Amino acid sequence: MDRDLIAKLEDKAKEIRRDIIRMIGEAGSGHPGGSLSGADIVTVLYFHAMRIKPEEPHWPDRDRFVLSKGHAAPLLYAALAERGYFPKEELMTLRKLGSRLQGHPDLNKVPGVEMSTGSLGQGLSVANGMALAGKLDNRDYKVYVLLGDGEIQEGMIWEAAMAAAHFKLDNVIAFLDHNGFQIDGPTSDIMNPEPVADKWRAFGWHVLSIDGHDLAQILQAIEEAKRLKGKPVMIVAKTIKGKGVSFMENQVGWHGVAPKPDEMERALAELK
Amino acid sequence: MSKIATRDAYGKALVRLGEENKDIVVLDADLAKSTKTIDFAKAFPERFFDLGIAEQNLIGTAAGLSLSGKIPFASSFAMFATGRAFEQVRNSVAYPKLNVKIAATHAGITVGEDGASHQTVEDIAIMRALPNMTVIVPADGIETEQAVRAAAGYKGPVYIRLGRSAVPVIYDDDYKFEIGKASVLREGKDVTVFATGIMVSAALDAADSLAGEGVEVEVINVSTIKPLDAETVVRSLQKTKAGVTAEEHSIIGGLGAAVAELSCENCPVPLVRVGIKDVFGESGTPNELLVKYGLTSEDIVQAVRNVLQRK
Repeated sequence: MDRDLIAKLEDKAKEIRRDIIRMIGEAGSGHPGGSLSGADIVTVLYFHAMRIKPEEPHWPDRDRFVLSKGHAAPLLYAALAERGYFPKEELMTLRKLGSRLQGHPDLNKVPGVEMSTGSLGQGLSVANGMALAGKLDNRDYKVYVLLGDGEIQEGMIWEAAMAAAHFKLDNVIAFLDHNGFQIDGPTSDIMNPEPVADKWRAFGWHVLSIDGHDLAQILQAIEEAKRLKGKPVMIVAKTIKGKGVSFMENQVGWHGVAPKPDEMERALAELK
Repeated sequence: MSKIATRDAYGKALVRLGEENKDIVVLDADLAKSTKTIDFAKAFPERFFDLGIAEQNLIGTAAGLSLSGKIPFASSFAMFATGRAFEQVRNSVAYPKLNVKIAATHAGITVGEDGASHQTVEDIAIMRALPNMTVIVPADGIETEQAVRAAAGYKGPVYIRLGRSAVPVIYDDDYKFEIGKASVLREGKDVTVFATGIMVSAALDAADSLAGEGVEVEVINVSTIKPLDAETVVRSLQKTKAGVTAEEHSIIGGLGAAVAELSCENCPVPLVRVGIKDVFGESGTPNELLVKYGLTSEDIVQAVRNVLQRK
């Protein structure tokens, strides 16, 4: 594994986590827990794996990313801004009246946002549609999707899971941000989705299980997924809700609560 | 008068459009034989996707296809396309203003024997309430072909409401449908009947019989419920000073409501709504149901008489 690449991605992931904290702190509301848990995955996608042209957001051959768990919008915005889709200063307008940065992503407002999401369970179907269009047009782009482990309680996810395998959408690469929590508590208590890997496998997917904070493992899983033919790929990524900020980690209370100024300072200090 | 079901015209229109435009793709949810998308499936198998019995995924997949430049027509029964998948239509199609056409068949009570679970009489209301959504209810086969063509050429979400049963052909082959334009089928000075879908031919029949009583009825086919052709509607009401609406839909939220809202704000006149009176339907033949639920030309005649007394 390329040490320089890992080091670069580590820095980017930290910067993105700092932006997430700053944005949500400034906004006074938002979802830090699930934004931080998916940060390493999204960092690898936007700063290494995806074939994109930020200066040409609608380039037809670009890889697509669908943030199905739309409440992690700060994570997506931070990555897009860091990648140059729009000025970083704008991050501080999150959730404010007149801002392009809505509480959940709006594709008509923000360059680089591929789909408006927020209502859980809808992203995978949309990714399938993009993938079908890619096959029809003989384009070799990939469609990446980030799903939450609470989100897969929605029935529509399994409609889409069935369809992706049925249509042999090997251009769909999904990540399950498996942090084990949803608003009301641990997913295992609220509506246990386990065994998740077996479920996706049973639906006809190729499933990889990784540590969602180990950049080398994320890189490797994506490489493997890109090579695989004939099946969609689900990368079950074990993550920690609130990862990177000690007092937020694995705390269900930090699902949708903004840090106060002193908490923000402590969080940013930890993310130095 | 020859008869053709609007769903049959839809199937044929799709095939013709598919030949002309390779970006047209069609999706169905295990009802291709009923919605008539089967014609397209046979002609262009690579551009047809059957999603199985999964309407939410049907709409979401159509959204994704549109985001990569395709013009998807997603079809199912009106009940499920607008009811089962309402939230997907709202959040994954209407809100992002995607170029998805939802062409739903078996709308209204004339789906018949299947009964209330399959008879949607609220779909116009539901779709009309969505920002960005265009709502079209063709009156016959000719208008259906035109509407499908217009929808394909329009960039944005469109709902096209189609029926199961054969309906009389009203228009000539040279008819030109335009989104957002109502068409005046018959001029009159005493009362305006605004009709949509299968009720247009009933309205014409009603106008014929009222002519025998010396009542001159203006008949307007409102095939685009949204955006409503406010100019044509208001101009006619200002002239006749009385209105009747006729639709195979609930009197709540559909054409009757749309005309009433517009009338109240611009030219208040007596108005009577012919439609389903806030009840669920039941099994029966289409004609039996039209009689039971008050959707015949005779019901329109009675409504005209009522409204004229209030003038």
